[in-house]
Amino acid sequence: MEELANLFHGFAVALQPYNIMLMIIGITLGVIIGVLPGLGGANGVAILLPLTFSMPPTSAIIMLSCIYWGALFGGAITSILFNIPGEPWSVATTFDGYPMAQQGRPGEALTAAFTSSFVGALFAVIMITLVAPLVAGFALRFGPAEKFAVYFLAFCSFVGLSKEPPFKTIAAMMMGFALAAVGLDSITGQLRLTFGVTELLNGFDFLIAVIGLFGIGEILLTMEEGLAFRGGNATINLRVVLQTWRELPAYWITSLRSCLIGCWMGVTPAGATPASFMSYGIAKRLARRGNNFGKGEIEGVIAPETAAHAAGTSALLPMLSLGVPGSPTAAVLLGGLLIWGLQPGPMLFVEQKEFVWGLIASMYLGNLAGLLVVLTCVPLFAAILRVPFGIIAPLILVLCAIGAYSVHNSTFDVMLMLVFGVLGYLLKKCNYPLAPLVLAIVLGDKAEEAFRQSLLGSQGSLGVFFSNGLVSTIMALGLVALFWSAIQEGYSRLRTSMA
Amino acid sequence: MTERSGPTHKTLEIGMALLIGMFGLVAIYGSLKAGINWGAEGPRAGFFPFYVGATIVGASAINLWRARRDDDGRLFATWGQLRQVMSVVVPTAIYVGSMPFIGLYVASMVFIAWFMRWLGGYRWLTTIAVAVGMPVLTYLVFERWFLVPLPKGPFEEWLGL
Repeated sequence: MEELANLFHGFAVALQPYNIMLMIIGITLGVIIGVLPGLGGANGVAILLPLTFSMPPTSAIIMLSCIYWGALFGGAITSILFNIPGEPWSVATTFDGYPMAQQGRPGEALTAAFTSSFVGALFAVIMITLVAPLVAGFALRFGPAEKFAVYFLAFCSFVGLSKEPPFKTIAAMMMGFALAAVGLDSITGQLRLTFGVTELLNGFDFLIAVIGLFGIGEILLTMEEGLAFRGGNATINLRVVLQTWRELPAYWITSLRSCLIGCWMGVTPAGATPASFMSYGIAKRLARRGNNFGKGEIEGVIAPETAAHAAGTSALLPMLSLGVPGSPTAAVLLGGLLIWGLQPGPMLFVEQKEFVWGLIASMYLGNLAGLLVVLTCVPLFAAILRVPFGIIAPLILVLCAIGAYSVHNSTFDVMLMLVFGVLGYLLKKCNYPLAPLVLAIVLGDKAEEAFRQSLLGSQGSLGVFFSNGLVSTIMALGLVALFWSAIQEGYSRLRTSMA
Repeated sequence: MTERSGPTHKTLEIGMALLIGMFGLVAIYGSLKAGINWGAEGPRAGFFPFYVGATIVGASAINLWRARRDDDGRLFATWGQLRQVMSVVVPTAIYVGSMPFIGLYVASMVFIAWFMRWLGGYRWLTTIAVAVGMPVLTYLVFERWFLVPLPKGPFEEWLGL
């Protein structure tokens, strides 16, 4: 019951007027970020991170995580009203949300989307509250070999679960590791891969990479289509909201299933996007009116939105308890922890109780605040989208530049950001996934440190990664994840040859 | 040149695989210079990046092979689309490159004005309002409210900011 007391203490922290104000600001900024093209959750949080350097860490993480929730909510608005997914995880929401809006039911679709998002997030937060302290307690016993095994599992899951070709995922991920290795080697203190360039002494900061890859890259992708004007209108009123809420409980099985899919995909670093697709696909197969999916079925909005939010929220579980972020945005938040002087990982639960539980409490409150904000302010946010891209685009580019500069007060970083931007555009067009690249830059040093320390302990024998039950199990899971697509293919071949 | 022509997807895929492969080779070269064997303190600095580089080269070779094999005749983008993209990349490069000399504020004003006037085709009044308003707002929020310094040039010095 100690957790419960901690949680209530957390609520007390999160409910301070200053923190509530930051929460509302964060949610509003987050929705705007989610609505605008080129400003995603990860990129938006990265740009705003420097603003929080002077805040107390708990307040800072409350604001930044609320931006994240806001971005998750915001993606749904543009998908439903304009058929433009503001975020990749809301692509599946367009399948049924947009037809609903066209049939004159936008209010119903939006209410269903926001409420499902809230349900998914709430489910994930409850799971985090119950499970995170246990995982953290368990992880306290981890040595370097176990730590490396966890990283290994996380990165292998990317290869096995992402929809991109496995070798492209590997190539992108390893580029991240190589970029992370540039600069001072943390163990020997030796310089490496800098080729005499003094700007590279401290290596590549992943925040710069995030702003470039996700921000600039996204703008360039949007520019391909030109500065086309697009607009639309939306209203949502209390009557529609209440009516939709009366309908929703009938779909509780879909909701529950989507929550579970979301939590699973969020904890393993597959992330919100595949979770939303998977949940939509399964709902389509199992629903009574499955044939009607794609033509404006409310269940087709509930399933992906619930899963996306559950995944987006539960991505913070491994970040808090193990120091392994489950999504690019979680990775940026983890970077924030390091900047504020906190060491992410199991020790947080021991040493920074107020921080951890303040954050968890703010997840409950932030999502509730988010639901209220989006339900009441939809017309306002839809109006933002009517500001033409010709004005929005230069402003976002300037914001990206400011964000990149203020990380280290360096104009070199701003140039680097542009290079990453062009690279991100090319990688995305060629179907290379960006998330593993970013996560590898964030975790590269830690993974390498764990790897080398384990090898030091074993005098260079790789057997240390299979030396006890725990580490062997994690490594074996990792190997299964790594070869997952090959295993699946082999299994289906076996089945066809048997039949 | 018709509007539907442009570089094929295959060309770009091959180019990307080669580029990433080269990056892997650079990583291997740098690791070899740092030392990839065991030293007194255990694995030396280049140990880990060496294998990372080797994996990049291996994965890129497979990606290259696949890119050469699969040809669906798809375009990467039309020339028109690429021109649109370049019309953002080039000015952004100039914007970013000029920042160390003239500061962020002046560079941003010129950049926003250029973008809105020539790409967006807005009236001068709208253009100037946004181009001046945004940097001023930035100054107030970042430097005054959150105390985050941004790069300044001769113009700001003259204003005494």
